[in-house]
Amino acid sequence: MSAILEPTAKPQIDIDRSVGDFRYDVDYSYDAGVGLNEATIDYICDVKKDPAWIREFRKDAYRKFLEKPMPTHWASHDLDNIVFENIRYYLSQGTQASRTWDDVPEEMKRTFERLGIPEQERKYLAGVEAQFDSEAAYSNIKAAVGEQGVIFVGSTEGLQKHPEIFRKWFGKVIPTGDNKFSALNSAVFSGGSFIYVPPGVKVKHPLQAYFRINAQNFGQFERTLIIADEGAEVMYMEGCTAPKFETATLHSAVVELVALKGAKIQYVTVQNWSANVFNLVTKRGLAHEEAEIKWIDCNIGSRLTMKYPSVVMKGRKARGEVISIALANDGQHQDTGAKMIHAADETTSNVVSKSISIGSGQATYRGLVDIPPHHRGCRNNTECDALLINTHSRTDTYPTIITRGNRNACQHEASVSKVSAEQIFYMQQRGLNQGQAMSLAVNGFVNDLVREFPMEYSVELKRLIDLEMEGSVG
Amino acid sequence: MSLSIQNLTANIGDLPILKGITLEVPKGEVHAIMGKNGSGKSTLAKIMAGHPDYTVTGGDVLMDGRSLFEIAGPDERARAGLFLAFQYPMEIPGVTIANFIRAAIQSRLAEGEELEATDYYANLYAKMDALKIPRAFTSRSVNEGFSGGEKKRCEILQMAMLEPKYAVLDETDSGLDIDALKIVSEGVNALRSPDRGFLVITHYQRLLDYIVPDRVHVMVDGRIAMSGDKNLALELEARGYDWVTETAAEPALA
Repeated sequence: MSAILEPTAKPQIDIDRSVGDFRYDVDYSYDAGVGLNEATIDYICDVKKDPAWIREFRKDAYRKFLEKPMPTHWASHDLDNIVFENIRYYLSQGTQASRTWDDVPEEMKRTFERLGIPEQERKYLAGVEAQFDSEAAYSNIKAAVGEQGVIFVGSTEGLQKHPEIFRKWFGKVIPTGDNKFSALNSAVFSGGSFIYVPPGVKVKHPLQAYFRINAQNFGQFERTLIIADEGAEVMYMEGCTAPKFETATLHSAVVELVALKGAKIQYVTVQNWSANVFNLVTKRGLAHEEAEIKWIDCNIGSRLTMKYPSVVMKGRKARGEVISIALANDGQHQDTGAKMIHAADETTSNVVSKSISIGSGQATYRGLVDIPPHHRGCRNNTECDALLINTHSRTDTYPTIITRGNRNACQHEASVSKVSAEQIFYMQQRGLNQGQAMSLAVNGFVNDLVREFPMEYSVELKRLIDLEMEGSVG
Repeated sequence: MSLSIQNLTANIGDLPILKGITLEVPKGEVHAIMGKNGSGKSTLAKIMAGHPDYTVTGGDVLMDGRSLFEIAGPDERARAGLFLAFQYPMEIPGVTIANFIRAAIQSRLAEGEELEATDYYANLYAKMDALKIPRAFTSRSVNEGFSGGEKKRCEILQMAMLEPKYAVLDETDSGLDIDALKIVSEGVNALRSPDRGFLVITHYQRLLDYIVPDRVHVMVDGRIAMSGDKNLALELEARGYDWVTETAAEPALA
């Protein structure tokens, strides 16, 4: 009768069944094999024809990766279940991304067509990069945008063709040794986007990247670097899927954003990983004077996600914002949050986080706000709201707010609410089935945040929530 | 064609609440159930709607000949044409009234069929005007921060939009001032039709001045103790519920 209250065992929900759960067999021309050692790194460098400084950068990172312990003293022990020796670190059919879909290898093209990427590109995007396992299969920018001097290429092409910009910022926002997984990414990174927007250029339509994992036991380590020069504006959107495999898959990206004076960067993520993916991502932005960096982050799916988008506000009046939605379904753990580092006067930051826990799903918010004593006029607002659906769910909030001195202002609000059996009954009495009722309650809960998403993504988000809730009714 | 309650008994846990209710609301009629607090009136409404907290232990409820208890979930009963106006309507934060009613109507359409937005809004606005509900209401979250009167008007609006075959109004007059009571009653009266039956549950006779019933039933301790025409409500008002208890007890003694 009241399945929402019954902690009955349910099969793990395969969220990708309708969209992403399919795969084609691909013959990879380049395969670094299973496991990680110096030879793996040399192989990747050789295939990618990396310059010497990148080879050195990777090897240094590899050493740091080995030295760093797993952060299980504060994070989930599920991390111990990642077997690094069983992972394949590099798989591709070549390092050159095609400029037209016609040149993309057949299986990859079919994959992206099924995911609707070329269609979205025609409709509303200024540029698209589509990554298949380790490398971008397709990368293109609309001619009008390219003519303004905007660069939008894969990371390999970025470091080879635009070394003067790339080298200046690469690894500067997130040091290699920031954490174990940023070190791992730095050792074996491949793919991701490199974007440069020249001074004063405002890119009207979003640039989009799509990350697709196709191979089993695979690790995807894309590396993204976005630089908005003075007064420039850009919105970048990323989507991701993987088919459901029996074994675990690892996705560990590093994303660095640099917003120079007065620039604006919006970074939108809608991830829809299947329930076997470890998603361990480091994202950080550097906001110079009067610049603005906004992370809009939506985490659906995965087995364990650990992601805390950060903004370091290093210039006066810089602004940082994180808007995040996390949905932890049965058997999943969303460990997400935000970090706001106020490193200049009159900097302002805003964090709004909403999480939904369903069944045995676990949602954790971890936040850090740091305002040192010598700054003045800094402001932070943090809001964390959690919604629990059924008695098994768990939610934790670990906000850390360090504000010293007395010339700054911080505000923190948190709430936990439940979808009650009476609410569900009320909606059912109007004709909605249990899944539709829960879906409506969840959509209502995140409604004010969904409005922040670009239209196309908010529609997609609503559809993903509907699918999740439909699947969570026994 | 009727909503026919036949010797219905029900428990919450092990505690019997309904002890054999029999009454029939023919289509086109309005019946009222009156009774003291705790007599089982609201339980009857919730059981018909399929609330999971209650267990039906005997009897049946037939909606146009079909047993409600053979229709599995509360949502299926709703789609089959049963509407319950709640005594305490629930809040649904972040979901606008317009979207909520739209989802409810959409749930009644065949798979793949989409509700036409312009038709929907035209219909919604017409019905809101009739209930004197301002347009700005559509963008407010369902029942969130509503006054008692607003909540009840919102229930009647939903009923008007969903066009049920049978509607059960549970203490719709509670928490209403006289102006709100008039508006809500006018709304209900406008929906009276030969194709629709109403079961109006109320504590006070006052509501029945505005929604004039065809029959009045008095409920005492999980049973219908007395039935009559609209004048029974007036008599009850004058003589009190104890009069019913005494009168109803007499035949049992005889």
